[in-house]
Amino acid sequence: MSQEVRFYQTGTLTAGNRLLDPGSRTVQASVDRSNALTSGHRACQGCGEALAARWVLDAAMRATSGRLIAVNATGCLEVFTTPYPESAWQLPWMHSLFGNAAAVATGVAAAMRVSGRDVRVLAQGGDGGTTDIGFGCLSGMFERNDDVLYVCYDNEAYMNTGVQRSSATPPTARTATTPAVGDLPGNEFGQGKNVPLIAMAHFIPYVATATVAHLHDLEAKVLKAMSMTGARYLHVHVPCPLGWGTASEDTIKVARLAVECGLFPVFEAERGEVTSSRAIRRRVPVVEYLKIQRRFSHLFSGGRVDEARIAGLQAIADHNVARFHLEREESA
Amino acid sequence: MAETIARCRPEVICAYPITPQTHIVEALSELVKDGSLHPCAFINVESEFAALSVAIGASAAGARAYTATSSQGLLYMAEAVYNAGGLGLPIVMTLGNRAIGAPINIWNDHSDAMSMRDAGWIQLFAKDNQEAADLHVQAFRIAEALSCPVMVCVDGFILTHAFERVDVPSQEDVDQLLPPYEPVQVLDPEAPVTIGALVGPEAFTEVRWLAHEKQLRALALIPRVAEEFAAHFGRTSGGLLRPYRTEGARTIVVALGSVNGTIEEVVDGMRASGVAIGSVDVCTFRPFPGEALRAALREAQRIVVVEKNLALGMGGVLAAEVSAALHGDGPVVHTVVAGLGGRAITEDALAKVFARAHAGELSELVVLDLDTRLVERELARSAETRRSGPVASNLLRDVGPGMRRIA
Repeated sequence: MSQEVRFYQTGTLTAGNRLLDPGSRTVQASVDRSNALTSGHRACQGCGEALAARWVLDAAMRATSGRLIAVNATGCLEVFTTPYPESAWQLPWMHSLFGNAAAVATGVAAAMRVSGRDVRVLAQGGDGGTTDIGFGCLSGMFERNDDVLYVCYDNEAYMNTGVQRSSATPPTARTATTPAVGDLPGNEFGQGKNVPLIAMAHFIPYVATATVAHLHDLEAKVLKAMSMTGARYLHVHVPCPLGWGTASEDTIKVARLAVECGLFPVFEAERGEVTSSRAIRRRVPVVEYLKIQRRFSHLFSGGRVDEARIAGLQAIADHNVARFHLEREESA
Repeated sequence: MAETIARCRPEVICAYPITPQTHIVEALSELVKDGSLHPCAFINVESEFAALSVAIGASAAGARAYTATSSQGLLYMAEAVYNAGGLGLPIVMTLGNRAIGAPINIWNDHSDAMSMRDAGWIQLFAKDNQEAADLHVQAFRIAEALSCPVMVCVDGFILTHAFERVDVPSQEDVDQLLPPYEPVQVLDPEAPVTIGALVGPEAFTEVRWLAHEKQLRALALIPRVAEEFAAHFGRTSGGLLRPYRTEGARTIVVALGSVNGTIEEVVDGMRASGVAIGSVDVCTFRPFPGEALRAALREAQRIVVVEKNLALGMGGVLAAEVSAALHGDGPVVHTVVAGLGGRAITEDALAKVFARAHAGELSELVVLDLDTRLVERELARSAETRRSGPVASNLLRDVGPGMRRIA
């Protein structure tokens, strides 16, 4: 995602839109944005998922001139947006079950194709609805190359049901089902799955990861995905203040640290090959990311720092940095 | 059956293979692939759960959606079955009725259909191959009129794998009976709606009641569609139920599906020898036609419900519902569980059990052709030693090679 000019303000890449030329400004900056997910919903303060969903859907609405249908898996996003009789969705939106969003989206896309209607489909779910219970349907949608953009909002646990471990929960993280007790508190090493890489193994047209720390990049990836047809997958890292034990005003900060420490690599892939990655501007040790989250507090508590397991997490970060070439001189 | 379904112009067909429904969707895939069914998307999915989920999405987006399954497949899609019912999406699904394991068994009974009887679907049972075809036309019509999914239950192998001359309704005839699908609710950017919202205690009861009320409306609609069909095609298919020689009958047999053919043969034979017996073929199981059944069974002294399911710990589902419909007064209701896992139901066996019922010698619950020797032997074995082995393997060893009990 190259931008002509990059502004480095307040220690971030989040340049004020008014400093950019109009063509580079975000959809969110436009008064014409669709507000597909409008205000008044019941997400927690600082919810990364709500922020990401808003950016994703408005960008997709821009890309399709409003000819878009959204399908949602069960989860926080579904619950906080549609408490009957209210709905925060200003686009045609459907929720069926926890594990079938990708398949329902396939059905919607098929209906559009058969009737010759020029309407696109976006499916979305959390990490539980994507990497666990919805994984079969997701893989099926990928392998058939159905014309669906599937967006996973990954907050690394089952937040809607009260913060239980998912296959996207990182090692050592405390959840309600990986409690911070015993000799090896929190989630185990050597488990979990990397769904962006699995998506790539389906050789679908487009796979990308993104984060609420880099919203320009997130939006650009949605626009790019919507310029393509076939199965596309976007995996967005979205901090959850409640589940992670972070301050609600720190959502962007913690998301950025995840990228800068290397634990969440931001990259793109087409037809199974990585085509770009986002270089880390200021590499930080994983400790900086871990220590501001209560879900990792047992690594630092009782006057004892769990050096061995922190080193294990650092090794994962180092591996990501090497694999996706995240530490390099940025091109201008 | 597949040709008739094709003439209903489904726009999205999703399929996952399971015996004995597979060849229906195989035939449809060919019709789509060779262009004779157009426009239609045929989608090969990765599970039954996905099959019905794709149908849910397609139906909500305004397409006429069809799928088919059996047995374990229906259970695997159970969550989506309830979801389609709750959302009121007019999907039509063929259920090739098959037993549910364990032990795994691919042959016919009605355990699968019974497991989804409260899911908000209309359930129609076909008596023969002609009706199996005809019911699909009526099913789409009823589903779309009410915005309610319909399951067409077709006995596995007995009907799904039978060769019989069938009159396939012409495209013109089907088009007359089945106007294009006009959805009640649809995902459309021109008029955005939220489908599948979270409903709490403040309105959930009302939503469920409305779904029940829809089933009650189906009780009125189903006979009307059947009459229209009869007027158009000159043959009877569908409807709530069909009494057979019940005039003056003291004993009336009640059953679902293809076994009614055998039962009517037996009734004819017994009538010929002067026994006042008749039968009622229940075509519509959901909504349950309680009032129509009450009227049909009023004069009888004994009711014999022949059913292809055994609700473990209870008895027979249909018999319980027939009893409830009769409000507990009037005729005695017997349950005859038969044909489990494909065991043949012979005219001989039925004639004997009906005669015993007619003579007042039948107990309340009978399992037709139950090999009590086999059962006793296994009971003794398990009493003797705790680790007596898997029941199914033990019984098969006792039965011996050739599995003689099938026929």
